Amino acid sequence: MGALPVRTIGIWMLAVPIAILAIGLAFKGMAAANPQFFFTWPYFIEVLIAGLLQGVMYSLVALGFVLIFKASGIFNFAQGSMVLFAALTIVGFIEMGTHWTIAFFITAGIMVLLAISVERIVLRPLVNQPHIILFMATIGIFFFLDGFAQTIWGSDVKVLDIGIPKTPITVMENANPSDPNDPWQYGILINQYDLIAAAIGAVLVAVLAVFFQYTRTGRALRAVADDHQAALSVGIPLKTIWAIVWSVAGIVALVAGIVWGGKAGVQFSLALIALKALPVLILGGFTSIPGAIVGGLIIGAGEQLAEVFLGPLFGGAIQDWFAYMLALFVLLFRPQGLFGERIIERV
Amino acid sequence: MLYREAGQFKTSYGADQAIFPILQDKLGMLVILALAVVVVPLLASTYMLNSILIPFLVFSMAAIGLNLLTGYCGQLSLGTGGFMACGAFFAYKLTTAFPELHIILVFLLSGLGTAMVGILFGIPSLRIKGFYLAVATLAAQFFLVWMFNKFDWWTNYSASGVISAPPREVLPGIFVTGTESEPVTKYYFLLGFVAVLALIAKNLVRSRIGRAWMAIRDMDIAAEIIGIRPLWTKLSAFAISSFYIGIAGALWAFVYTGSVEALAFEINRSFQVLFMIIIGGLGSILGSFLGAAFIVLLPILLNAGMLALDPTISSALVSHIEFMIFGALIVFFLIVEPHGLARLWALAKEKLRLWPFPY
Repeated sequence: MGALPVRTIGIWMLAVPIAILAIGLAFKGMAAANPQFFFTWPYFIEVLIAGLLQGVMYSLVALGFVLIFKASGIFNFAQGSMVLFAALTIVGFIEMGTHWTIAFFITAGIMVLLAISVERIVLRPLVNQPHIILFMATIGIFFFLDGFAQTIWGSDVKVLDIGIPKTPITVMENANPSDPNDPWQYGILINQYDLIAAAIGAVLVAVLAVFFQYTRTGRALRAVADDHQAALSVGIPLKTIWAIVWSVAGIVALVAGIVWGGKAGVQFSLALIALKALPVLILGGFTSIPGAIVGGLIIGAGEQLAEVFLGPLFGGAIQDWFAYMLALFVLLFRPQGLFGERIIERV
Repeated sequence: MLYREAGQFKTSYGADQAIFPILQDKLGMLVILALAVVVVPLLASTYMLNSILIPFLVFSMAAIGLNLLTGYCGQLSLGTGGFMACGAFFAYKLTTAFPELHIILVFLLSGLGTAMVGILFGIPSLRIKGFYLAVATLAAQFFLVWMFNKFDWWTNYSASGVISAPPREVLPGIFVTGTESEPVTKYYFLLGFVAVLALIAKNLVRSRIGRAWMAIRDMDIAAEIIGIRPLWTKLSAFAISSFYIGIAGALWAFVYTGSVEALAFEINRSFQVLFMIIIGGLGSILGSFLGAAFIVLLPILLNAGMLALDPTISSALVSHIEFMIFGALIVFFLIVEPHGLARLWALAKEKLRLWPFPY
């Protein structure tokens, strides 16, 4: 993950608040024109923050995709079922009476084993096949892991409690308003769980960034991502690197599984979170870790805002497809995603 | 010994370009068709017709459609389920609004409607490629299913959101949809429909348009340089593919299940059809049939096999193990033969040409 140019960061820092303001004003205008809509600035910001926090959690899943795609060019559809598998495994161990920290390390070990076996059994025989074949193979892994996890641990909804409080907190409250209709008097509600989950996500990203930037293995990973053959020729063991990347992706899946599982319960639908991460990926670009994060934030916030403020227009439940449409729209202008490497083609 | 083209000389370009240039292939095809027309209905039970042969034919149609797009034109699509839903709901609206319209015409029109939708969602393919496009087609999948699920207009305001195929006759007195239709008539109807459309597809891919698709698939920039218009070629692939998939969706709803809700065309349906063409063979009409047969039969056999091993096994566990074996088999197949069953068949034919005297 190369450092972003200062100019790009500057543009984003300017553009984002303006965009948020513009969207807010647009909604406000709609509310003024049509009394069916409800709009106040605190409510808007509340929804926005909830969406952003949700977005961080999407990024967590998307991160696993990006890691594997960068290092091996494989679009790993099985990431979602890895999340499910990891979450079910850790819940299984906790239910057996293990402390959750120990269960975490056992599960991490299992994810590493899984990564190594995927590399050996599936990827190695398929070296040099077209990307679509590898993609299909990961769909095969997706089905296998889905069935495997549920065969072992059952398909009931399980509760995963790792001690994060779920009560919302209120900020920016204006308890003694001069105006009784002041919209700020109730402040903004923020879900504490989402906040802590977002913090965990941020820490994970920071650790990964340091790992990629400063360790020997990290440098090797980046070399492989840039050019397989060149990396091989300077003596980087490609197979080891792949096993490491899949292990890291497995551990990212474990963290994502814990965070999502703690929020929504551990069950089959966890595997479908991968489908939510896909628009994040194409929006941010398959090859960019910052892209996965920014993409996640945009999708999370956009989805929440659209559902709450535009949803009533269409009869609700538009968040199933809104993220995809948003990503599609961006792709029409930037085919490689917001942060993806420019696609250069030669004949 | 039997399969040898020695002595079969072509004396005209026409003969050289025939669909089955070798006599044995032509005979083999006729034998298969004769078996399908005469023998199968005599032997097959109602169960076999309803739960194996009819879905097999419907899925073959969908697989041919996706194969035209993904196998021949190289545009990976995960929106098959959405397009099938389009076909099903278009056909339902058409036939309930105009009951006097002939059912074959209804199916063809709903295919045309789906082709329009396909063109619409194919437009991004002009800008984006590969996995980006695959994810973009998911937008079609989710949006279309949401739309059919959300707006009651599509189901004629039925409370359950389920559409039921009204009885329609293909010839006076012979019903192919609705509750009074016989499985055998449905089977013949489907067989005819699929055979004709498969023939058209086979000829399409051998013609100018098919060659343009393959050129785009192999290297789109190079194709553009030699004068193939990407816009027209890609959109025509999306249109024709969606036409087939739409008809398959309509047949699914009307002839196979009889009543269907939008959620039957969820993303798993897309994957199912994608598996068919991967396992059957990308870029092969024969492969579409082989893949459809494989994917339709596999769960039935797995289910029966597990129940035979342990009759007390719970149905949830069966479905989980089924998932596992299914996934493992797909990986296995990809490793053993990434080019699918059609390629295995081609290899077998190569062997047969020399057998039993390999020198």
